[in-house]
Amino acid sequence: MTADAPVWPDQLYDCLRALDVTIFGHVPDAGHKVLINRAGADPAATSIGLTIESEGIGLITGAHLGGQRAVLAMQSSGVGNCINLLSLIQIAQIPFVALVSMRGDFGEQNAWQYPMGQAVRPTLEAMQVRCFTVDRPEDVVPTASAAVNAAYHANQATAVLLSQKLIGAKPF
Amino acid sequence: MTADMPRVLDRKEAVPALVGDPADFLLISGLAGTGKDIGALTGEAHIQFLMTGAMGAAAMTGFGLALAQPDKQVLVVTGDAELLMGLGALATIGAEQPSNLAIVCVDNGHNGETGYQPSHTAKGVDLETVARGAGIQITRTVSTADQIADASRTLRQGNGPVFVWLRVTTDTPPPYKRELDAVANKFTFRRRLLGHN
Repeated sequence: MTADAPVWPDQLYDCLRALDVTIFGHVPDAGHKVLINRAGADPAATSIGLTIESEGIGLITGAHLGGQRAVLAMQSSGVGNCINLLSLIQIAQIPFVALVSMRGDFGEQNAWQYPMGQAVRPTLEAMQVRCFTVDRPEDVVPTASAAVNAAYHANQATAVLLSQKLIGAKPF
Repeated sequence: MTADMPRVLDRKEAVPALVGDPADFLLISGLAGTGKDIGALTGEAHIQFLMTGAMGAAAMTGFGLALAQPDKQVLVVTGDAELLMGLGALATIGAEQPSNLAIVCVDNGHNGETGYQPSHTAKGVDLETVARGAGIQITRTVSTADQIADASRTLRQGNGPVFVWLRVTTDTPPPYKRELDAVANKFTFRRRLLGHN
């Protein structure tokens, strides 16, 4: 880690582990690099690489039936792959937390990212997923905590949208 | 070629014979036919979660459950079209090698719920080969009654992941009426397994 690397990715992982999240399903994305690496190196956690984000819906449902907490980390483009299967989350009121690293919003230079990036919130909200956007590093942990607690204490479906104001927009 | 072999097994007899005692497993079913198969077999009196939608999610739901309950044997029973809709799950399961997960695909070669349109397996797709290629090393194809006993033992050995391709005729599943309240079913599952909602 370089001296100027942001600290919020490690804080986010520590927060999720402190809230008893043990299973981390993910489709790789630069915005989730620290979380994926930490989960893979954590003997008390399980890191599961998925071929497509929709696999995370079943993973979280099965983990909940079995009494463990799982989250799904993905890029905004992956949200579109999940939409129909979010029916399972809604109809069974499965506690659900998605961590979405945004593309196609603030400062995006790749036009191909805009269609799904701009559709993330309306499509998730259409499936009754509560969306919480994070723009500032100091808001990451409080927002992730709020999402996990809403999920596991109130059976809500939640998504933490890590914006490009937070994670930056790479030149393209 | 296996996918060309005739289908002779009636699911109403073959699924109960293959699954055996449902108390040996935490059970996940796919939607439609396999939900009725497992509902009729268990009377929903065991630890089972039966899908009535969410097509393509059954195998991964079983995998999540297997991760959360490593000391229990998890059995997913799902149809060919349901499995095909989430085929990447076999690769994820093959990559992770959960020892306590078994998958039975009850393959009638059709999308039964929507009017018996032929599925990919009726056109030559061999799901045992797909599963093996995805990294699931213990696989069986069951096309005849004499293959059931060995496959049934394999499901419960706990050295998985295991994939059993059960090829059946288009005879209908048992006419079982499931509880359709998914919230109630979730709580029932968790109470029976965990002792709380």
